[in-house]
Amino acid sequence: MAGYEIDPCEKCEEVMQPYLDRVLSEAEVHEAEEHLAGCPYCAKRYRFEESLRVFVRKCCDEQMPPELKQKLASLRTPL
Amino acid sequence: MGETETDGARRVAAEARNRVRFEEEALELSDQVYRVARRLVSTREEAEDLVQETYARAFRSWRSFTPGTNLRAWLLRILTNLNIDRGRRKQRAPDEQPLEEGDYFLYNRLEQASRDGNVDEERVVERLSQDDIVGALSAVPHDFRDVVVLVDLGDFSYQDAAQILDIPIGTVMSRLHRGRRILKRELAERATTGGT
Repeated sequence: MAGYEIDPCEKCEEVMQPYLDRVLSEAEVHEAEEHLAGCPYCAKRYRFEESLRVFVRKCCDEQMPPELKQKLASLRTPL
Repeated sequence: MGETETDGARRVAAEARNRVRFEEEALELSDQVYRVARRLVSTREEAEDLVQETYARAFRSWRSFTPGTNLRAWLLRILTNLNIDRGRRKQRAPDEQPLEEGDYFLYNRLEQASRDGNVDEERVVERLSQDDIVGALSAVPHDFRDVVVLVDLGDFSYQDAAQILDIPIGTVMSRLHRGRRILKRELAERATTGGT
């Protein structure tokens, strides 16, 4: 993977998912944040990704039908 | 003789208590289990059947659950196995999937599609409808979607997802990576053909 000195925005795009998943090392986070602080192009795309994640989650949230809950309870071993 | 009978009765009573506790804890998680199931399959009916089968099996084999470990992951493991056993349609091998776009692709497309090129990055998602999102997610091939659903909607760690799906953690990471990109490509298609 190319470092920030090669193509900083490309590198920043590469680390966006692991950054948002909080799986980067401290040093990598620091590098990414240094770039983000001075790059509105990448910063916008990171903010977009965060709101996209929240929105996808909201849209995919479907409540369990109450009848199903009752059916599941009826599967329990009788005492 | 009275002694052993009492011991036996105690053991039976203790086991019954453990089973009741297990069942109650499992039922408390049913909303979360359903939410994940609903996005792993296409229809509500399939999701309901799958969750019922999962609980029937979980209640039968409750003794194989190790108390103190992650019950939600244990239930989801049963559920994903059942889902695969149901003979879901064959997928093309991951390698044959078309190459997905980069991570900035969707935003770039939304920006291009806006008239003045000036979009509020925190509001632009609102141009997508719930149907767009649900439709795009169901268009992601199963192998990728399973991981995206478990991690992004089910809040499972990479490690939990690896155990649930019985695949190496590296595979979880690469499928997640590609799955999210495929999802964004699908969203981009919907967002830019929707006419908004």
